[in-house]
Amino acid sequence: MTNHWVDIKNADLVLIMGGNAAEAHPCGFKWVTEAKAHNKARLIVVDPRFTRSAAIADYYAPIRTGTDIVFLGAVINYLLTNDKIQHEYVRNYTDLPFIVKEGFAFADGLFSGYDAQARKYDKSSWDYEFGDDGYVRTDPTFAHPRCVYNLLRQHYARYTPEMVERICGTAKEKFLHIAEQIASTSTTDRAMTIMYALGWTQHSVGSQMIRCAAMVQLLLGNIGISGGGMNALRGHSNIQGLTDLGLLSNLLPGYLTLPGEKEQDYAKYIAARAPKPLRPNQLSYWQNYPKFHVSLMKAWWGDAVSAENDWGYDWLPKLDKSYDLLLAIELMNQGKMNGYICQGFNPLAAAPNKAKAIAGFSQLKFLVVMDPLATETSEFWRNHGEHNDVDPSRIQTEVFRLPTSLFAEEDGAFVNSGRWLQWHWKGAEPPGEARSDLEIMAGLFTRLRALYRSEGGAPSDAITKLSWPYANPESPTADELAKEYSGRALKDLADPKDPTKIIRKAGEQLAGFAELRDDGSTSSGCWIFCGSWGPAGNLMARRDNADPTGIGNTLNWAWAWPANRRVLYNRASCDVNGKPFDPKRKLVGWNGAAWGGADVPDYKADEDPANGMGPFIMLPEGVARLFARDAMNEGPFPEHYEPFETPLANNPLSPNQPLALNNPIARLFKGDREMFGKADRFPHVATTYRLTEHFHYWTKHVRLNAILQPEQFVEIGEALAKEIGVAAGERVRVTSNRGHITAVAMVTKRIKALQVDGKTVHTVGIPIHWGFTGTAKAGFLANTLTPVVGDGNSQTPEFKSFLVRVEKA
Amino acid sequence: MTDMTRRQFFKLTGATLVGSSLGLLGFAPGPALAEVRQFKLLRATETRNTCPYCSVACGILMYSLGDKAKNAEASIVHIEGDPDHPVNRGTLCPKGAGLLDMVHSKSRLTYPEYRAPGSDKWQRISWNDALDRIARLLKADRDANFVEKNADGLTVNRWITTGMLAASGATNEVGYLTHKVVRPLGLLVFDNQARV
Repeated sequence: MTNHWVDIKNADLVLIMGGNAAEAHPCGFKWVTEAKAHNKARLIVVDPRFTRSAAIADYYAPIRTGTDIVFLGAVINYLLTNDKIQHEYVRNYTDLPFIVKEGFAFADGLFSGYDAQARKYDKSSWDYEFGDDGYVRTDPTFAHPRCVYNLLRQHYARYTPEMVERICGTAKEKFLHIAEQIASTSTTDRAMTIMYALGWTQHSVGSQMIRCAAMVQLLLGNIGISGGGMNALRGHSNIQGLTDLGLLSNLLPGYLTLPGEKEQDYAKYIAARAPKPLRPNQLSYWQNYPKFHVSLMKAWWGDAVSAENDWGYDWLPKLDKSYDLLLAIELMNQGKMNGYICQGFNPLAAAPNKAKAIAGFSQLKFLVVMDPLATETSEFWRNHGEHNDVDPSRIQTEVFRLPTSLFAEEDGAFVNSGRWLQWHWKGAEPPGEARSDLEIMAGLFTRLRALYRSEGGAPSDAITKLSWPYANPESPTADELAKEYSGRALKDLADPKDPTKIIRKAGEQLAGFAELRDDGSTSSGCWIFCGSWGPAGNLMARRDNADPTGIGNTLNWAWAWPANRRVLYNRASCDVNGKPFDPKRKLVGWNGAAWGGADVPDYKADEDPANGMGPFIMLPEGVARLFARDAMNEGPFPEHYEPFETPLANNPLSPNQPLALNNPIARLFKGDREMFGKADRFPHVATTYRLTEHFHYWTKHVRLNAILQPEQFVEIGEALAKEIGVAAGERVRVTSNRGHITAVAMVTKRIKALQVDGKTVHTVGIPIHWGFTGTAKAGFLANTLTPVVGDGNSQTPEFKSFLVRVEKA
Repeated sequence: MTDMTRRQFFKLTGATLVGSSLGLLGFAPGPALAEVRQFKLLRATETRNTCPYCSVACGILMYSLGDKAKNAEASIVHIEGDPDHPVNRGTLCPKGAGLLDMVHSKSRLTYPEYRAPGSDKWQRISWNDALDRIARLLKADRDANFVEKNADGLTVNRWITTGMLAASGATNEVGYLTHKVVRPLGLLVFDNQARV
């Protein structure tokens, strides 16, 4: 979230699209009802199903799953055509005046530079035009035909209300009503927040859907303001924290990135990540990258790294590509992987196409599962009848199942969706012999280190020299680790403005990332968390819920990254002179000498706004990008492509270009492409979802929730039920080209058939919560049905749009 | 009357007055003293925690029997929303309301287990055996498949025949330590629940 849960109360308009907060985030959703009750806010829900969020919305519109870019692109068109944009904001805080270089083009669904063979773009034409001074050329009058404003207009001119009706199945009048409501927030005294979740991420064009919504918010001036923002509702308690800490193939903690294999030179690695400003007097805060990186290397390897060995640069593995979960399972199927460790993760249920996951795990030599619960993954080899029909004697994988503690049995911090790091305390011991993940990871590490020290083997300096300063090396504590990722001074730190003054003594915790150095004198395992355990102690444990300004920021409750800031980009809530656009929702402001207010300013604290520094300080432009340059793989502007399993024969936006039917750059593994189903055999559009009574695949192990929702069901509309001759409560068989499930039919009025491009499309809703272990009645894993294809940027699988056939069981 | 002594009453109110108020308990001293049965949370230890499900991260209060004495084993007997928490303000959803049953779920694993190749059952093993064996397997695979230099002779120091998925309900501290252990091994097949 750019903002946070409580801030939703400040919204005038709430758009829930690509999510269902009332059902999946009920206690956060209460801030929507708070906004409705006390801020006269209106709620709009756009979803293929009439969800529990829709049930209390002021306005609901249905949409065919996977077509959100058409809807959002048409909103952009509406805003530009009707001049409903926040002019001062877009002129000064976005790249709309920037000029794009000659050679950039878009035609027939494809951008310039497409290589159909490689399914990749040469992105070199997707950039700005630079002047002789090295800065990007701009045209604040928007007259230049290649300024971003005009290219944007041109791109979305094709996204008309008629096209929305034709592709999304949303009635034109409904779309126009919503567009008008959204446009009402282009004034400085109205704010719209957008709340979304996996309904946007789990598509082959999911990242571009989210980006398209963010563009709408930028045009309206809704980013950086209280009651506004792009608010991703993360699905798990610490999925934000795990992402922040970089537990992904290509990341290091704090959104630092691992080098690619061609990056052999440390100085060049740093230079590529510390960009110089693209416009005069911009902060381009990533220029501090070396401080963050060196402090991380010091946290990991201590005295073993120094400027002489490039801070251990060789010890970082170099990427040839990024190894996501989908690729991992593909490599298992190719026999190229031997071992896999699943820590609190149930990939048999979470990866697309369960049969492919079973086949992959069956080819491993060993699988290690660390979990508090008996997950399906740990029993993938066991025959559970029709729900997991395998022959154990043919599966040669060794499996270890290690019992772990859970939240109630450990100290530590979770990062919530609003980026708050909140500390929690242990209330009891774990059952039996269960151990904390800290102890297990430490146990594995100390054993490996001992083996490498005594026996040698593959290069192991990075292992044997890893800094391991914990009082009990077999069981580091949460306190020790939190202090380490927050960071401390390794030497006395002199004040850069007055070298005679020492601002931090050696060993002292640091107050924030501004104190980090690139000379090895500081250590911080995750720079964005720097200061969370500061000189004054553990700020994540703070419990002062006072809200002196009434805007909901509670700055002394827990600690938010970065720098305890509660609303990102908050400088953009002020005009160019530093005066709040809307005094009623003031976050920060310029008082002539400094920035301050109800939030920690997202800006240089003493920067006179007259100098023209932009509010988007992490970007070298200093302003937000409507034109993504080379940051996205499909193109600089979001373009609609159909889901890989679509009921349509062509993409109505570019009907004559078959390459533009689906995402032209999505990665397809051989074999998976052949497993896609076609609409002639699989005529119904399926989408997966969550229920409020269950959490993921966890609460089927929980008695109360197993009582609330005991048995697997699928949701179909009355028209489809009638067509296939099924009554509510009878069983149906749902088949995709990859497998089938059977479940109880829940026949509802909540799903209506849609008219799409001249044909009737039925949607089928598939809740995900059942499986073959746990207390609830055994069921099929929903991913038995889902296709293996990921988003073009994130490789998040397309669980929200695929084709099935529903029939009476 | 009256199992409630003056001291117990102050213990009860003292424990919850840290930031909340007596009114939130739903009763005043009078009715409490009139209770026939002793209020079960009276002897409980209150611990503040966070709901481990979605990322709203509701504050919760956990009550455990046992007074944290060395020889007393704590057992959590009740979980409810934390009224001081600025986001959930004491409320919980149907998922959070069932948290006690998660702590005591019949599916909780209580000892390490091993499934041999081709076997159709688990066998119990000790922690030492499990960790020794896993460390051996990891080292054997790493030693056999670690890539120090790629085909072009570039230093890459990577290991891609073993992978790991990290937790989404584990703490920052677990996540940080996991990353710190895994990356120096050269592991690149590394992902977490954020992907799916």
